[in-house]
Amino acid sequence: MARVVVDVMLKPEIHDPQGEAIASACRRLGFGQILGVRQGKRFELEIGGSADDAVMARIAELAAELLANPVIEEFEIRAP
Amino acid sequence: MTRHDTVARAAATPERPQPHAELGLTAAEYARIREILGRRPTDAELAIYSVMWSEHCSYKSSKAHLRQFAEKAPPTEALLAGIGHNAGVVDIGQGYAVTFKIESHNHPSYVEPFQGAATGVGGIVRDILAMGARPVAVMDALRFGPADAPDTRRVLPGVVSGISFYGNCLGLPNIGGELAFDPCYAGNPLVNALCVGVMRHGDLKRAAAEGPGNKVVLFGSRTGPDGIGGASVLASASFGGAGEGAKRPSVQVGDPFMEKLLIECCLELYAAGLVVGVQDLGAAGVSCATTELAAGGGVGMRVDLDAVPLRDAALGPAEILMSESQERMMAIVEPAGVGRFMEICARWDVPAEVIGEVTGTGRLEMTWHGELIVDLPPGSAADDGPVYDRSALRPAGQRELAADDPSALPRPAGAAGLRAGLLALLASPDAADKAWVTEQYDSYVRGDTVLAAPQDAGLVRIDERTGLGIALATDGNGRYTLLDPYAGAQLALAEAYRNVAVTGARPLAVTNCMNFGSPEDPAVMWQFAEAVRGLADACAALGVPVTGGNVSFYNQTGGTAIHPTPVIGVLGVHDDVRQRLSLGFREAGASVLLLGRTAAEFGGSLWARIAHGHLGGRPPRVDLDAERQLAAVFAAAAAGGLLAAAHDLSDGGLAVALAECCLAGGAGCTVSLPGDPFTSLFSESSARALVAVRPGCEAAFAGLCADRGVPAAVIGTTGGQHLAVTGGFSISLDELRAAHRQTLPGLFG
Repeated sequence: MARVVVDVMLKPEIHDPQGEAIASACRRLGFGQILGVRQGKRFELEIGGSADDAVMARIAELAAELLANPVIEEFEIRAP
Repeated sequence: MTRHDTVARAAATPERPQPHAELGLTAAEYARIREILGRRPTDAELAIYSVMWSEHCSYKSSKAHLRQFAEKAPPTEALLAGIGHNAGVVDIGQGYAVTFKIESHNHPSYVEPFQGAATGVGGIVRDILAMGARPVAVMDALRFGPADAPDTRRVLPGVVSGISFYGNCLGLPNIGGELAFDPCYAGNPLVNALCVGVMRHGDLKRAAAEGPGNKVVLFGSRTGPDGIGGASVLASASFGGAGEGAKRPSVQVGDPFMEKLLIECCLELYAAGLVVGVQDLGAAGVSCATTELAAGGGVGMRVDLDAVPLRDAALGPAEILMSESQERMMAIVEPAGVGRFMEICARWDVPAEVIGEVTGTGRLEMTWHGELIVDLPPGSAADDGPVYDRSALRPAGQRELAADDPSALPRPAGAAGLRAGLLALLASPDAADKAWVTEQYDSYVRGDTVLAAPQDAGLVRIDERTGLGIALATDGNGRYTLLDPYAGAQLALAEAYRNVAVTGARPLAVTNCMNFGSPEDPAVMWQFAEAVRGLADACAALGVPVTGGNVSFYNQTGGTAIHPTPVIGVLGVHDDVRQRLSLGFREAGASVLLLGRTAAEFGGSLWARIAHGHLGGRPPRVDLDAERQLAAVFAAAAAGGLLAAAHDLSDGGLAVALAECCLAGGAGCTVSLPGDPFTSLFSESSARALVAVRPGCEAAFAGLCADRGVPAAVIGTTGGQHLAVTGGFSISLDELRAAHRQTLPGLFG
């Protein structure tokens, strides 16, 4: 068994209204030093067998197909 | 530190090559810009002209034809603002005015369905807001490739979800629209969004800057690199290649919560009398708002682009000018009102910044880092763009297409064949129950929705006390328009007009979204010219003016254009929404009447398509006088309380209409078909409707029809749990319902 983590973030140039809403909530709560927030999502995948290169390549396909929207998001895959 | 192109540099370096072609400007257009300015444009000026003279903003290929809407407009006293404004404004009585418009967001919805469709809603809502009105409802007319195509499964759920996300978050009811499928829309879906807003007569706002010394305020979301395509070309061409400083074009992301704040903020600013002129920022962003406001008021304007609040500090002036960041507005404010303006914006958490002022110079001047980078006559960008009279040529094969009459197609034999034919039509994605889509929309928020999908038209109450309301419907039929663009556009108008009338409302005004292929293709241009001519003539005949709309060209995949698809929205006024007519058969014992004349008309019909995959022949004959008389019958019948149900006949003819009436109200009916059963059931002759008359009102209704010369044939009675055709077949409502309801969930659920 192995675990693979996929982090999905909006591409840097894409507007992130949720992140902005969180940033303004931060300031309202007194965390004035927080200038900006970008919000993403994280997937933890349990894998049968080891996370070898072939498996990681398949997970990259899955991420592009299902977990992320490559038109506006980018993703990173790692096996911690 | 990059040196930016300034007016002084432009004057000093006249020969510097500029990427006009990459920005979509022809050599002749570029030469014209140089002539207007008396020098080469700066990068920033080139950015402004490239977006303002784009097909989308300048209507350069369509303008010559669209003039007919004004030239042939029927006399009307209802129009308070017409074509050329952000949206047309119509007087509906009792001191109320209504503004409405439909606009396309086709290409963005293909690239990123969710955000593309969501920002389409946001854009049209701001158009309505900019007229001074409170947006009260939205509608969406959607067309996709084949329902079972893999790409439709990617695009459709995203589009529907984007529309529902944005509209539901805004708290605007979605009261109807269309959903249609055809292979011609694969790779180029049509996502047309309509919004309607209400105001008092005196609240009308203009997109005009007035009064030198008045301030220019940009408010709403900060400006980011959203939707910039051309500017990246400019940046890389100016600075020697891609990389540093060059921003990639990026998908616009909508923020409905900011839009909601903008709506409430704007309405408070208007009420406080703080707004001299206002414009929403859509395509072409700051370029469009500044040039149009200045040109609209016949004034000059000085803008400091450094003052524009940015989401990305790396943006340069050309990118700021071209950015299509959503949820932004621009207002002209008297200096004494600026403080109060800012207070109201702050209260609504809407960022706002003074970025310039109105001048008496008649020039639009912009500075960046203290240097003059734009100095141009605003009208040259906003109003005096190129106008092309493009060549139009009847497509090869148009005659053959019309000659390929469906009358020769094999027809279903006997009762069993007709029965199966009806069920097949009812289960086809075009005629199937659209609840899978419309249930994702909030149709009743705000509490004033009287009718919503699947009714023929949406109906919204405007005044609780008097019952005054407005009805809206959109229609279009690309198959008809392909066969005959002149008649097809008229049929689309006639159907929307009939859909509004069938609720008991009086049709008043028209908006249109003209979806066509490339205007550079003479065959497409011919379709466009014919459709516009047909629509303008029909508007004159029906007495309903076009108040505004939108042209969307370049809807094609490779060299293949979509069917020409004018989508027509009609607005009507209902004197008392408590007397509206709806489509369901609810009670037993009501006489069922078919109104209008039925001929054997199958060209472009749903039957020809579903049963045979056939598209050819002539579309149904247009009879606008009959449409007018039919509408008059409905207005009088609604006011007199004579009808229990009313439904317009369109795709799938009487067969589909009967099934829809039974399913919507839960009561069946037994009918005898006048004439040839196949023609009676599946012909798509226009100017027809189906009604159930309230028991006791038969004579009064017959008199009404006779007065107006509307043929009315009693074909049966409501009641039971079957749709039964005497001497033919019978289908239980359960079986009808199953056929009708399962299709879309089965495909997309």
